[in-house]
Amino acid sequence: MGMVLGTFSMQTKQVIYRRDKVDDELEMTMVCHRPEGLEQLEAQTNFSKQELQVLYRGFKNECPSGVVNEETFKHIYAQFFPHGDASTYAHYLFRAFDTTNNGSIKFEEFVMGLSTLLRGTVRDKLEWTFHLYDINRDGFISKEEMTDIVRAIYDMMGKYTYPALKGDVPKQHVDAFFQKMDKNKDGVVTLEEFVLACQEDETMMRSMQLFENVM
Amino acid sequence: MAAGVATWLPFARAAAVGWLPLAKKTMPKPPVDKKSRSDEILIVNVSGLRFQTWKNTLDRYPDTLLGSSEKEFFYNEDTQEYFFDRDPEMFRHILNFYRTGKLHYPRQECIQAFDEELAFYGIVPDIIGDCCMEEYRDRKKENQERLAEDTEAEMATDVPLPPNSTPRERLWRAFENPHTSTMALVFYYVTGFFIAVSVIANVVETVPCRPPKGSVKDLPCGEKYSVAFFCMDTACVLIFTFEYLMRLFAAPSRCKFMRSVMSVIDVVAIMPYYIGLVMPENEDVSGAFVTLRVFRVFRIFKFSRHSQGLRILGYTLKSCASELGFLLFSLTMAIIIFATVMFYAEKGTKGTNFTSIPASFWYTIVTMTTLGYGDMVPNTIAGKIFGSICSLSGVLVIALPVPVIVSNFSRIYHQNQRADKMRAQQVRGRGASSALALFTHLSLICKCGFFSPQDHDSDSAALCLKNRSSFEHQHHHLLHCLEKTTNHEFTDELTYSEMCMTESVGYRTSRSTSLSSQQVVSSSCCPRRAKRRAIRLANSTVSVSRGSVQELDTLQVLKSSAVPQSRSSLNARTEDLKLNCEQRDYTAAIISIPTPPANTPDESLPPSPAVPGILRNSRSISSFTHETVKISSL
Repeated sequence: MGMVLGTFSMQTKQVIYRRDKVDDELEMTMVCHRPEGLEQLEAQTNFSKQELQVLYRGFKNECPSGVVNEETFKHIYAQFFPHGDASTYAHYLFRAFDTTNNGSIKFEEFVMGLSTLLRGTVRDKLEWTFHLYDINRDGFISKEEMTDIVRAIYDMMGKYTYPALKGDVPKQHVDAFFQKMDKNKDGVVTLEEFVLACQEDETMMRSMQLFENVM
Repeated sequence: MAAGVATWLPFARAAAVGWLPLAKKTMPKPPVDKKSRSDEILIVNVSGLRFQTWKNTLDRYPDTLLGSSEKEFFYNEDTQEYFFDRDPEMFRHILNFYRTGKLHYPRQECIQAFDEELAFYGIVPDIIGDCCMEEYRDRKKENQERLAEDTEAEMATDVPLPPNSTPRERLWRAFENPHTSTMALVFYYVTGFFIAVSVIANVVETVPCRPPKGSVKDLPCGEKYSVAFFCMDTACVLIFTFEYLMRLFAAPSRCKFMRSVMSVIDVVAIMPYYIGLVMPENEDVSGAFVTLRVFRVFRIFKFSRHSQGLRILGYTLKSCASELGFLLFSLTMAIIIFATVMFYAEKGTKGTNFTSIPASFWYTIVTMTTLGYGDMVPNTIAGKIFGSICSLSGVLVIALPVPVIVSNFSRIYHQNQRADKMRAQQVRGRGASSALALFTHLSLICKCGFFSPQDHDSDSAALCLKNRSSFEHQHHHLLHCLEKTTNHEFTDELTYSEMCMTESVGYRTSRSTSLSSQQVVSSSCCPRRAKRRAIRLANSTVSVSRGSVQELDTLQVLKSSAVPQSRSSLNARTEDLKLNCEQRDYTAAIISIPTPPANTPDESLPPSPAVPGILRNSRSISSFTHETVKISSL
């Protein structure tokens, strides 16, 4: 009897061969990027020296090579949202942070993004958000772009929500958004329309204050 | 990975600004971090070796000694450092765990010393990284086996017979440990002698003896001296039967004894004789009886009571069952494949031995085990080629599991040798030394008992309520923001399926008016609200729905404990830190969740009256502010 069980137990152990990952990782560790000096970063961002130090220590701990690539970024972000699929939204976030568009986030880009989000003016934050939504960087948010973003956000919720996601909830959400933002009803939202509409929204302005002491 | 995730949390929370334009409601207030944010360097002095680290590093794991306020007990005011009188070499590994999030097991250290250090610092060994887990488990298993054997040996031999033991107990003890009394020893040797005699008689009776006068044919000795052999057989069986009955009488648990391997062997050894006695002297039946005599060879297994090596062999084979099973399985596969191939390769040849695939099995087995009898040989070229491939693969397949079996046998054999040595030592030097050894062994086992997570239930419950780390608060806040953005809440699979079920129930109860049914269909995001309206409208089914909805409430509250577990599983992976009590402490989980899930959405749906007390507690402990929740009964 033990032999029969033993047979099946040895059978079901599967061996996964990883070939490409090792090469990738070797490559990553070769690329070593060092950020500009502490003073320069302090001048460019709204963080103090201590805050930059804390940020860099954490960053370096996670990414010894000094840069974050999209895979790692998606993996990290997905850990915060175990219920759903955070990869699409993480992709958009990655593109928003990667201002130089070279497929990897350096510490400077990371810190600049954080500085805008946490210590920037309201206008800065709104501009950042606009650039996040504007996927193709044409200066306009179209309905398709917005739908993609909203779908990505709803994906993060996962399948099991209360109330259950029935019908095309993202589409309804996008329609509501456009109704609020698109003043001249031309089907796209420009930066000015966006900023204006957001500044009129009391709820949003109040919420913006809440995120100031995240660091 | 827990350390890394904590570093990126501020980033994830900052990115939540991107959700703000989409959110329809205000975001919840973030948790206030009361601790001072500026990081400081702590000095930890372990037996003179000074380690310095950031305070934040140690705070990553609040369920351990260094991460919690427990370390204040070791704080030395004069030198402004934390002093631990422990092994500094081991502490390196402990501190590395805090820094990197991975616990490594140093191979040169003793497993028990390592375990003791982990227990002291409050770290559960299960979080050892994959790189070192295998080694750790092997050493731990070896150690435990050794300890178990030692205590077993001690308890078996050390404990003297209680003075008022019954003759039955004394008899059993005599059987199990023959060296305790001379009578038992004599019996032991007598049975051993008779087993040998019986086996030799079985063997000799088949040897051809010189035929008696007046006959030409050679006769086996058994038939020539049949009376003598019969008498010897009878004597042996009588002794064996007597021994078996004595053991059966003396056994403390007769059922268990009858099921044990040795007693089965005993029975099988003596059965053929008795069956032969009762069997009639019929010609055809006696043919079957002759086959039964084969079972007499099982008497040789009775030697295993006398030989420890045999017992070790048996135990090894039992513990290598999976490897043996694999060997058997792969051999069978290979045999079938090659037999098929050889059969079809040799099919054309005239007068071939390979008449069928089962007939080719014999050839394949003989070739794979490199026996090569030569009674079946392939003639065609294809057959010869496949035959050579067959023999090469046979060597490989058989050689693979053998080292595993060998290493198992070697480990068990060495353990036994150790046990014997210890037993011999104890016989020589009884007294304080053995008692001390017993005491230390038992205390070590008690300490090992600490490692089982079950012990931590009561302690960690209290610890959990206080040590909800700021990381978890912030993570909950982030998830809460997402809920507010999408205007949906997280729930788990069970409540989701419950909801789907009750939706269909609500649909059925709203049979009275088309309005209510429309509401159920259209307002798809609020099925419970529609169900409530349906309940008010459909008079006849009110009691039924109320009962089911109430049930649903209580069910959801009970099952909602699953939600915060999965939410805050990031502090460490839930399988990482067993002390992380989200796994086991359900009530604490309910108390600390920021959003009482599925029961109090913003539309005034009241939760079940059964849990108002728990919900109120949640507000007092958690640092969130919520819109007030109307708690009313159904």
